[in-house]
Amino acid sequence: MALKMLEREERTLLTGAEAAAHAMRQLRPAVVPVYPITPQTPIIETFAQFVADGLVDTEIINVESEHSAMSAAVGASCAGARVLTATSSQGLALMLEICYIASAMRCPIGMAVGSRALSGPINIHCDHSDSMMARDAGWIQIFCENAQEAYDLSVVGQRLAEDGRVLLPVMTIQDGFTITHSAEPVALLPDDAVAEFVGEYQALYPLLDTDHPTTQGPFALPDYYFEIKRQQVDAMANVGGVWSELQEEFAKLSGRYYRGVFEAYKLDDADYVYVILGATAGTAKVAIDRLRRQRKRVGLLKLWLFRPFPAREIAQALQGRKAVAILDRALSLGSWGPLYSEISAALNAISARPVLYNYIYGLGGRDIRPEQLMSIVNDLECEANADVQRFIGLRE
Amino acid sequence: MIEIRWHGRGGQGAKTVAQLLAAAALRGGLWAQAFPEYGPERSGAPVRAFTRLDRREIRLHCGVYQPDIVVVLDPTLLDSKEVGVLEGLKRHGVLVVNSPKSSEELREQIKFSGRIVALDANRLAREAGTRFANVVLLGALAALLPEEISLSDVEEELQLTMRDKPKALEANLAALRAGFYALRRQQEPEVLVC
Repeated sequence: MALKMLEREERTLLTGAEAAAHAMRQLRPAVVPVYPITPQTPIIETFAQFVADGLVDTEIINVESEHSAMSAAVGASCAGARVLTATSSQGLALMLEICYIASAMRCPIGMAVGSRALSGPINIHCDHSDSMMARDAGWIQIFCENAQEAYDLSVVGQRLAEDGRVLLPVMTIQDGFTITHSAEPVALLPDDAVAEFVGEYQALYPLLDTDHPTTQGPFALPDYYFEIKRQQVDAMANVGGVWSELQEEFAKLSGRYYRGVFEAYKLDDADYVYVILGATAGTAKVAIDRLRRQRKRVGLLKLWLFRPFPAREIAQALQGRKAVAILDRALSLGSWGPLYSEISAALNAISARPVLYNYIYGLGGRDIRPEQLMSIVNDLECEANADVQRFIGLRE
Repeated sequence: MIEIRWHGRGGQGAKTVAQLLAAAALRGGLWAQAFPEYGPERSGAPVRAFTRLDRREIRLHCGVYQPDIVVVLDPTLLDSKEVGVLEGLKRHGVLVVNSPKSSEELREQIKFSGRIVALDANRLAREAGTRFANVVLLGALAALLPEEISLSDVEEELQLTMRDKPKALEANLAALRAGFYALRRQQEPEVLVC
């Protein structure tokens, strides 16, 4: 489906944090429980200003910790409210216990994550260790390359979460500082267009509907726990189809088409493929353009959806390539990078399996430049040993 | 692409002007990016901020290593080895310094062979009624940069930012113009190419 991009869009200079806050304002949440943490704080700061200015009618609940923020989010969501929040790093770690409960209770909470390294050592800068820690919590996880994506995918993500075939919480993840604090041109949609796109949230069994009382969050023993988990599996399986449907609709509205569950950049004829999440995908596009000028057939696969993991689509896209460099901005200590493990498993379904390389980069905010990304292709071309994990930009 | 690095001290408004310039560039039809460098945030400590300008969409999300222009908001940073205002500055790049000294004197002091633009921004700011030299230097950059960056677009962005402080806005607009016209008077500006 070919969609014409808008000729000339009105763009505003916004940080990724401000872009996420505008999406929150336009999504008109009834309840936003929040606790500040760097580098997420400007998201809720900007949103709180919108509420104070009367631009959105939201009950902000200032709580004493992220554990309480997520607990209040679950309670408000069960009551029937559209609930949004935001966090980073240690905040997400503290929430994690309740994150599992939010997904099991099928609360479509929307959460902006400004991705930041986990302590220790203590560090405030970007990597994906917080988001990767939460990858098994039953949330949809969307990674964003820039402020525009942080805005667009917050809007689409909320409708996805609330879709009756899904009903799962969603994290929209942007790289801490690199995107949250970097100002870029962002095209915002009109308020009413977003309101119409996302609609009102109608909870299936709102606790506040006292005419139809329900019990929520009860004990589930060996007789039912397993079946309830299986329902979450089915909900996750529905995400990809609903995502594609919603993106087509969103494209008609915005002129921006997030086609498929990942972006394929110069991938068609590529022998060598880089797989990346988040802001570094933008830097990698510059690296790939330069490599293409040297007549190297390199392409990029940038995932928007990490949960659910689009295994089938990725296997199809990587089938028959010579080699694939998988760049992880997080460690799973004692094993391969999280993204590498996923892709390695996904490729079991195909016969023409490329050689996979695992690169760890950018931990604790270590910068990564196009030249460093370009040099990866040398390993791939000379068929270097793929049995070792490699580190980019590390002093050894 | 033009990459600009701003050096200042915490509280001098390096981040603000880096963003104002990007916003004005956007008005003029350019793509732009502005971001500060974050360390421990202390008033008075050396800080850096960056602006990228281009005629095409900017996809880079890494730091700036070889700026085309370096702007020094505080002359006491010039001799600091830790700050290194010349680090990575392109040989044919431009160094813009807030200093009462002449560009020849500054060249002697810091041994830079490229173009040096010296501007007594503290004095110009004072005369305009503000203690912030950052906006004077922003005006100077508007004079140095390609035609897409116009004084009127920077003025409009300044007005937007300071719309709640009419008195400070007046002084800042005067400071901005002082910086712009100081450079326009000094020499025929060499227009940099995006």
